[in-house]
Amino acid sequence: MSKKPLMRTWNWIDNRIGFSDYIMPLMEHLVPDSARWWYIFGSATLCAFIVQVFTGICLAMAYVPGGEKTYESLVYITNTAPLGNVLRGMHYYGASAMVMLAVIHMIQVYMHATYKYPREMNWMSGVVLLFVVLGMAFTGQLLRWDANGVWSVTVAAEMAGRTPIIGPTIAHFIMGGETVGGSTITRFFAMHVFIMPAIIFAGIGLHMLLIMRHGISEMPDPNDPVDPETYKEKYEERIQKTGVPFWPVAMWRDVIFSTAIVFVILGCSIFLGPPTLDPPPNPSSINANPLPDWYFLWYFAVLSLLPPKLETWVILGVPILGFIGLFFLPMISNKGHRAPSKRPWAGGTVIFGSVAFLVLTIYGYKKPWSPDFGVKELPASVVGTDQGPLMQGAKLMHIKGCLYCHDISGYGGHRGPELTEIGKLLTRDDLIIRINNGGHNMPAFASSISSDELHLIVDFLLTRGVDQDQPILNGDSP
Amino acid sequence: MNSDQPSTEKPCCQQQQRRTFLARLSIWLSAVIGVVVAIPGIGFVLAPVFKKPKSKWRPVGKLEDFKVDGFVLVQYEDSSSVAWAGITAKEGAWIRRASETEFIAFSINCRHLGCPVRWVDDPRLFMCPCHGGVYYEDGTVAAGPPPEPLKRLQVRINNGQVEIESGPTPLTLTKIT
Ligand code: FES
Repeated sequence: MSKKPLMRTWNWIDNRIGFSDYIMPLMEHLVPDSARWWYIFGSATLCAFIVQVFTGICLAMAYVPGGEKTYESLVYITNTAPLGNVLRGMHYYGASAMVMLAVIHMIQVYMHATYKYPREMNWMSGVVLLFVVLGMAFTGQLLRWDANGVWSVTVAAEMAGRTPIIGPTIAHFIMGGETVGGSTITRFFAMHVFIMPAIIFAGIGLHMLLIMRHGISEMPDPNDPVDPETYKEKYEERIQKTGVPFWPVAMWRDVIFSTAIVFVILGCSIFLGPPTLDPPPNPSSINANPLPDWYFLWYFAVLSLLPPKLETWVILGVPILGFIGLFFLPMISNKGHRAPSKRPWAGGTVIFGSVAFLVLTIYGYKKPWSPDFGVKELPASVVGTDQGPLMQGAKLMHIKGCLYCHDISGYGGHRGPELTEIGKLLTRDDLIIRINNGGHNMPAFASSISSDELHLIVDFLLTRGVDQDQPILNGDSP
Repeated sequence: MNSDQPSTEKPCCQQQQRRTFLARLSIWLSAVIGVVVAIPGIGFVLAPVFKKPKSKWRPVGKLEDFKVDGFVLVQYEDSSSVAWAGITAKEGAWIRRASETEFIAFSINCRHLGCPVRWVDDPRLFMCPCHGGVYYEDGTVAAGPPPEPLKRLQVRINNGQVEIESGPTPLTLTKIT
């Protein structure tokens, strides 16, 4: 087949749709030559979104949004459907990639102050997109309709319910009723596959349109702060002189990076697999330990660290103030220096934010605030003997749940203080008072422990950290 | 060319008026279309917020199944379940036979952020796996972040059946003082 008929067909189509007239000039618009590798994150976010749309549509072909059928369909996708496992994994890791890339993209834009004149609305539309992406990530976690998913909606509804006055209305709206159940999952499904994607598509359209309108920003020049009076002219002048066409001179970097991202997503999916499904979504089952996906874990950790008085304000304040602060940022500062070297506060904010995120996330994974229901009894090697009152005391530590929260020589939970050396620190009377009356974050045990049991426990605790060869003085024990 | 043509019979302001009228007409009618389509949709979506389902009595077991002792977990159907809910229509409660005739029941939802609390028999405490909330056996807070005691549920004995009154998931509300 000669090339001619092909060419003729393409020309016919091109003449009708106007690809060369309308699309090509956009693709070839001039961009600053200084852009280079800094600018690859935005397009990679878009690429991750395309992966999400595609894998999401495929998954929707087998996913049943309703009651226990949802769980069954997930099990089917994961275990039976050909390549279902890979698709689920790609959708999961694609979500992580999208959240991560969107945030990195935002940090880059922030560090280079690209949000300043005339690109304020580029930033604002981006902030809206970021929050909708987080909404996608959150609703997506719930569409994994297992025990964790069910309890995560409950937690979300409870958090929303703290809003003054309209709290219950919002909570009932989220749950689609007064409890988490069948109507909750269908609601989240509609949000996740119709409403939010529609907003994202529209948002991306606007975001791109604004990029075309104002041009891609240059690398900041410490000697050339933004002056709204002259910026556009100068930019135009420079770009005509030194700009390069986006396609293909600047775009190849984006394509290389996006390719790498897609392979990472695929690789994670194949080698790590999709997240395992918890037990079925039974809201009456208590054997769940609700934990959010990693990008929300820091927030979960914050909630467990706060004094109760502040909590409600933080639950509601962080997302709302976070949004308002970010959204209106270019309104507060839309001119002046762009170079990071001239904006130490910007650098400080990013470093502080990243460190806080990291520390809180690690803290989130360690979850030391939670009673550890699965602790084992103390072994004889720790107790120092395998019989007698000492061992009885050690056993009671387990039976009475002390070990759920207190660690002794590496055995036990971390909610409360470690007791490995407690015998050195507290006297018998101190211990008795604390166990009986409780105190800061410790329940009072007076009503659920007999005096014999109490003394066995205290005798045992007094040996902790004390030289085991010394005879233990039980002077005032019964 | 438009400008070269002899102008239409109507004077210009009349034409202008006509354009303004048509523009307004189109905008208003579009708004009407929007409202007409949106009202049933929004009503449908918001209905669960305003519909207050009546709480219902749900059987959770025979009287003789309960011994006077610690709490046991019971499951029953929630009061507002939809036809396709299946297993997700279930609700749980901790129930205890305090004496021959007296029952105590608590919702399993922690009053902090709603995680499912567990009854631990020996220390006689409810513990929450999420942020370390702990409650005594009477439902009052023993430790941790929960701001309120566990929600008490109504229990009754009906023809030898123990029944629990199922209702909404308890929410901890922010009171404005
Ligand atoms: S939900 Fe129970 S302590 Fe937070």
